Amino acid sequence: MSHTPPLDPKKPKNVKVSQLCELCHARKALIKRPKNLQKVCKLCFFHVFETEIHNTIVSNKLFVEGEKVAVGASGGKDSTVLAYLLKLLNERHNYGIHIVLLSIDEGIVGYRDDSLATVKRNKEQYNLPLEIVSYRELYDWTMDEIVACAGVRNSCTYCGVFRRQALDRGAAKLGIKHVVTGHNADDMAETVLMNILRGDVARLEKSTAIMTQSSGSPIKRSKPFKYAYQKEIVLYAHYKKLDYFSTECTYAPEAFRGTARELMKNLEAVRPSCIIDIIHSGESLRLLPKKAKRAPPTSHVEVRSDGSISLPRQGFVDGNRCERCGYLSSNKICKACMLLEGLQQNRAKMAIDSDVSVHGAAKLTRTLEKLTF
Amino acid sequence: MVSVKVEFLGGLDVIFGKQRTHKLNVPSNSGEEVTVGTLIDYIVEKMIKNAGDKCVFIENDSVRPGILTLINDTDWELEGEKEYVLEDGDIVSFTSTLHGG
Repeated sequence: MSHTPPLDPKKPKNVKVSQLCELCHARKALIKRPKNLQKVCKLCFFHVFETEIHNTIVSNKLFVEGEKVAVGASGGKDSTVLAYLLKLLNERHNYGIHIVLLSIDEGIVGYRDDSLATVKRNKEQYNLPLEIVSYRELYDWTMDEIVACAGVRNSCTYCGVFRRQALDRGAAKLGIKHVVTGHNADDMAETVLMNILRGDVARLEKSTAIMTQSSGSPIKRSKPFKYAYQKEIVLYAHYKKLDYFSTECTYAPEAFRGTARELMKNLEAVRPSCIIDIIHSGESLRLLPKKAKRAPPTSHVEVRSDGSISLPRQGFVDGNRCERCGYLSSNKICKACMLLEGLQQNRAKMAIDSDVSVHGAAKLTRTLEKLTF
Repeated sequence: MVSVKVEFLGGLDVIFGKQRTHKLNVPSNSGEEVTVGTLIDYIVEKMIKNAGDKCVFIENDSVRPGILTLINDTDWELEGEKEYVLEDGDIVSFTSTLHGG
């Protein structure tokens, strides 16, 4: 029996042999894969893209059968493709996982409210349960109020710290111990580059891990798209006609990250494999063991303003808890509580351009709302 | 003169009056063939209202890195990029991949 090539329903006229897909040799190639410059057709692209994600999941043992997994869903391209693909692969390869969409409402009018509408549609389209956790219910502040108080320049600092915690808290609320996010290869390469440029060596080693978990934290995080190019994710969403939201956040992105991203894109234009190459370099870097710091004299005991005393600490202890909220923290008070305290006292370090009246008004409204007779 | 459909996706529509799809009649320069290069020049000159927005779309005389260009759903890298000769009814889409995920 002779081999019949797969049919192409819309066979374009006059396709040159050089334009054919390098995998099936039957259909016209539509994509040049940035990873290896291979020319592939739409159907072969779906197949290789899905298979590569599946291989990443299996070879890194990301999932355990019966596990409940929360997809950090923003409504953007990455998380939308992630939710769609996980559902597809879970059914195709019987991972036996239970997928839930978990969204964070930062409280940014004109941005997050629109993207949350997308997530709500995804919930119906993919038939997955959805949970939304808001900054407002967790911290009593929305991002809009924070920006009004602390200025737009530091918005990403607040938002980043709060979102990380919010995802954990959202997952804990649902009894889920595994959060997957849509971070892709471009994001990771960008982070490696930023950490190198900033000399942030402590973060450099951790930044390429596909799965992270702090000891003492019940929640692990993983990035199944670690090796997936942004370009391919966008193309996948485009060809599959997935419903995603694409608007830049109202508050401009961190200037430094923006510059690093542009640098990456320019590098990619010259040498597409550089994204995966940067990740590979990041993975292979090993830091020299730190020189042991001279231990502080044991008689040194800090007396705090409330009269309590600090016990001498054994350097950095993973698994410490914040004294205020109980969230995992390497310090006595976690970063989120520190930022919140700053906001509350309206003495966040950017107090120069803060607007006291807005802060006061927001606080007052909240206080009034809570009053009962 | 060639009539084509142009799409601005992934948030790019912001600099085109928030309209994602545009039907265009691209005139040819002194009887030459209309290429994607001609189309890009046309878009930059005629369609971007705010001169400050040009750098969002164009860089070094070509589409900015990070914007995905598809000609009839095919990556323009496979179609000769700016050299591709447009035909009536072609669909050219520009998708920004730079926004967050």
